[in-house]
Amino acid sequence: MKTLNLPATTLPDEAEKLRNEIREFLADEMAAGTFEPRCDSWLGSHSAELSEKLGERGWLGMTWPKKYGGHERTSLERFVLTEELLVAGAPVSAHWFADRQTGPLLLNYGTEQQRQTFLPKMAKGQLYFAIGLSEPNSGSDLASISTRAKKIGNKWVINGAKIWSSGAHHAHYMLVLLRTSPLEDGKKYAGLSQIIVDLSSSGVTIRPINLMTGEHHFNEVIFEDVEVSEEMVVGKLGEGWKQSMAELAFERSGPERILSTYPLLQELLVQLEDSSNPHVKNKIGRLVARLWTLRQMSLSVATLLLEGKSPDIEAALVKDLGTAFEKEVIEVTRDLVSVRPSLSSKNRLEVLLAEAILHAPGFTLRGGTTEILRSIISKGLGV
Amino acid sequence: MSDIRNMLVETANKILKDFCMKELVMDAEKGIWPQELWNILNETGMTIAGIPEEVGGVGGDVGDALSLLRVAGKYAAPIPLAETFIANWLFSTSGREASTQALTVGPVRKEDQLNFTKIAGGWLVFGKLRDIPWARNVKEIALFGKTEDGKSIVTTVPLENCQINKGVNLAGEPRDEVVLTNIFILDESVAINTQVKEVDYWNISTLTRIVLMAGALEKVLELSVDYSNERSQFGRAIGKFQAIKQQLAVMAGEIVASSTAADSAVEAFCSGKMVNEVAMAKIQVGEASSLVTKIAHQVHGAMGFTDEHPLHLLTRRLWSWRDEYGTESEWAEFLGEQVLANGSENLWPMITSSLVTQKVN
Repeated sequence: MKTLNLPATTLPDEAEKLRNEIREFLADEMAAGTFEPRCDSWLGSHSAELSEKLGERGWLGMTWPKKYGGHERTSLERFVLTEELLVAGAPVSAHWFADRQTGPLLLNYGTEQQRQTFLPKMAKGQLYFAIGLSEPNSGSDLASISTRAKKIGNKWVINGAKIWSSGAHHAHYMLVLLRTSPLEDGKKYAGLSQIIVDLSSSGVTIRPINLMTGEHHFNEVIFEDVEVSEEMVVGKLGEGWKQSMAELAFERSGPERILSTYPLLQELLVQLEDSSNPHVKNKIGRLVARLWTLRQMSLSVATLLLEGKSPDIEAALVKDLGTAFEKEVIEVTRDLVSVRPSLSSKNRLEVLLAEAILHAPGFTLRGGTTEILRSIISKGLGV
Repeated sequence: MSDIRNMLVETANKILKDFCMKELVMDAEKGIWPQELWNILNETGMTIAGIPEEVGGVGGDVGDALSLLRVAGKYAAPIPLAETFIANWLFSTSGREASTQALTVGPVRKEDQLNFTKIAGGWLVFGKLRDIPWARNVKEIALFGKTEDGKSIVTTVPLENCQINKGVNLAGEPRDEVVLTNIFILDESVAINTQVKEVDYWNISTLTRIVLMAGALEKVLELSVDYSNERSQFGRAIGKFQAIKQQLAVMAGEIVASSTAADSAVEAFCSGKMVNEVAMAKIQVGEASSLVTKIAHQVHGAMGFTDEHPLHLLTRRLWSWRDEYGTESEWAEFLGEQVLANGSENLWPMITSSLVTQKVN
């Protein structure tokens, strides 16, 4: 049996120093009325203005080399930035995917020209990427995708569709996983590649898919004979599966898998401050213990990644537990206070609760469903 | 983990794996004291690990001793290793020589307070201590208490001078009632010690249960994975069924979470900057124990419910240890009260600053 372990780790002093700077910045922004804390702000709260401000501060592309507009800070400093932004419920969705996964992926696999073209603007918070993985007929079974590219001269011609692409309507580019050579029997992971597509190209249609709240975050992105220069292929042709899986490791264990409902928890505590009810204390104590544990786990994964290890099973495990916690905050809130969730309420707790409830189904779906994660974990255990 | 700690853990693993066969653990439950096991742990310095050399220990820190206890928990070692460590830790903070004898320690329950009365040449100690581990098997009990003017006091009493009413926990481990009826202790056997804070005594005692449980949980996962691969139904290993896979994944999640929580609490305690980590870790490990034992027994089917299968050596211990030194609810109320009193704006700073300050590898 493989032993899974996430050892206790700690943040270096420079990361803690940065935390104070970030807290001051966010307090100033909130005082100036730039934003109000929102649940799930990394999916749905878009602010080009705040993304640019973060870029000016050197807080995007933090870990990337300076020659690509980065700041050569550690991934643990980025960890601190991420958790502070989420705890504040700040609108960070505009730059989120570029900063979190497309940028690092281009650093790993992109050509020099791709890095020069895209990374500096991403780090300024001016260039956004959308994720191009899921398709209408390929969700959990991602390798079954059917979007394809055909080589004609020195161009690739793309046909197909991507779905659940958060923020594609704001994004400038999408990194698309597609098939560049025909499917051979029993080799579904072969023949897949990743190509960068300019979303303003002719033949690209972005169709909104509204959430059940009516909000527009998701899109279906349709490609009809979209021509892309061969220079836009990322990494090696046929290596797209491996590259995408590495992308998911960055995606799974971060603080955004724990903190999507933190603004609700904070507001709940405001309402409960005078409570002396033992049941209230008991529930809050248990919730806080869990939050602390999960945060220690997420930090441990970040540290292992920094040490060059690949804790992919542990990352799946943190996401499974973390997203369950995000939902638990809702149930504890409903248990402890008598409020009626409503997006149009004047009471902040009622608004945050409504947001959390209506966004919660997505927590345990995005980035790999709970069931898929548990399959990965049990496989890792050697079952 | 440091090299020394790695070596200690490896040695303990070897010894305990060989010695703590099911028969030995079951025999201990029937009252047979495993003297040979104690002797070998003594010879290898395991019984005084984490105790400074100046006072007769083998050196190392509290973290080293607790990582040994984790191994003891994994193999359900039926000896008072935790109690001997707590006792020697108490002694070491008052400059007293460590003992290589097996010891027990009290109080175990917060409500059980001892009365110490000063008289000429010594002290009289009076009180009733419940759930004292292994009292019937050892010669001395280390006592922690407070004098009338609030100073901490550490001493030992020979158990032959006390009345012992036998009791056991769900795992059949001795948890005896020890009655002290104005027992006289000489001044030189008493350390009036302002260094040990009461909160430290309870925290280190609770930590012993946290790490024992983390070790036992690890073993429960091993047994469950093995069983799922070995047991066949409908023509294939039950571990091939999604329903079982999903349950094992849930179990693994709780166990890794408990391990991280336990480690983090130990490191926080050792760093001297502990805030609420022991409370948080005890809640995590306790909640995990409830869920993990439920899943483990479900996965093992009727076989795991029998005397024959070793699963119960671990699960019955987890059901006992989760309540010792405070249940999840008791700790959660304590923690929740502090969180509410600190105000909503201080929750996140508490979560982030309650970090260990020294990196361990």
